[in-house]
Amino acid sequence: MTFDRPVSEDDLHGYVDDRLDPGRREEVEAYLQANPRVATRVADYRGQRDALRAAFAPAAAAPLPPQLNLERMVAARHARTSSVGWRLAASLAVTLALGASGGWFVRGLSVPPQAGVAALSREAAYSYRVYASDRTRPVEIAGVQRAALTRWISNRLKRPVEAPDLAAVGYRLMGGRLVATPHGPAGLFLYENDQGVRLAVLVRAMEEKDQTAPMVDNHFNGVDGVAWADDGLGYGLTGPVSAGVLRPIANELRRQTLAQAGDEVRS
Amino acid sequence: MNDMMRLVEPLIPALRRYAGALTRDPAEADDLVQDCLERAVARWSQRRDGGDARTWLFTILHNLFVSRVRQRARRGIHTPIEDASEAALMQAPAQEHVVRHRELMKAVAALPPDQKSVLLLVTLEDMSYGAVAQVLGVPVGTVMSRLSRARERLRLEIGGEGAERRPASFLRRVK
Repeated sequence: MTFDRPVSEDDLHGYVDDRLDPGRREEVEAYLQANPRVATRVADYRGQRDALRAAFAPAAAAPLPPQLNLERMVAARHARTSSVGWRLAASLAVTLALGASGGWFVRGLSVPPQAGVAALSREAAYSYRVYASDRTRPVEIAGVQRAALTRWISNRLKRPVEAPDLAAVGYRLMGGRLVATPHGPAGLFLYENDQGVRLAVLVRAMEEKDQTAPMVDNHFNGVDGVAWADDGLGYGLTGPVSAGVLRPIANELRRQTLAQAGDEVRS
Repeated sequence: MNDMMRLVEPLIPALRRYAGALTRDPAEADDLVQDCLERAVARWSQRRDGGDARTWLFTILHNLFVSRVRQRARRGIHTPIEDASEAALMQAPAQEHVVRHRELMKAVAALPPDQKSVLLLVTLEDMSYGAVAQVLGVPVGTVMSRLSRARERLRLEIGGEGAERRPASFLRRVK
């Protein structure tokens, strides 16, 4: 028996899965009639297919558990995103009210902080918004090249800077990059935990050479932050979690940087 | 968002079925599906227009599964196949078919992961070969060769009627 197109293995699977057009199916059927050994094999495949479908049918028929309620997931997400919008709107309203009631005499009040850890905190929030949300290339140098990354940042900041290790609090170093601030170059280190939550640590030189400042909580641009300064180097920890969660992480971070500074003095 | 409810919700049972067949653990399967849905909700607006919602969702689910397996391998945790609660995933088979049914489930579980995914998507989910290729991010030719190898392997393992005869290897693709 001859056929226009030879029957291929793909045709046999297409036959098993009902993917052939009617003309081709007839040709394959004729071929199987003439080739009983192949026909047996194809019948086995069909049997497998039916058995598998029957075996797993109940898994799809079972009622959905509460955790898979899509409507609730959508509502929860909606609540999260709109609360950020509301907070932004509220802070904008305050700014506008200040501007309107105070006139130009107090217009300086609505100008963002220009210096100190408050300014640093803002810069950290800006960088966080731009880089932490980047799915393609959030970092310039990956965490595995920690040495190259810290060398780069240290060179540009003209002081030794180590990428903090946040593994103890569940965050691994994704990597980092150099970013621009109104106060010169800053190092930005990005971290991620198992749930995909990303944190950023911004490090830059403070305006005064030996400036030290206590931790200040900050909420800006929809993200929370904690900022402080030690010996002229400012740190801004930023993430989409509350200050209550950030504080212990900030404490760990500060402990590390102070210990490193101590090592350098001793060595 | 209404659009999303309409397109995504009906697919949840199928996602659970696929996740259950991959993990063989209903609790882990639901965890995986929950992760997948949360991502879908967050990224719905970034979805390419006109893209098939089912292919998109299964791609997310599959990638999540692969990254979990990798993470687990890094940490050295293994779920022994025999410990997984199979009972919750499959129908209580008629008594005379019990042996064959168990053999089939075991044979599927023992397939190499790449072949297993292809076989499950094609047979359980009735997905077109092209859609499977998209979900797994491989060419259609690779899908076909994996399907072919998976089916032949199952046949030899659970002993189909024609299995003891010489397999028709002259038709098999080499890949």
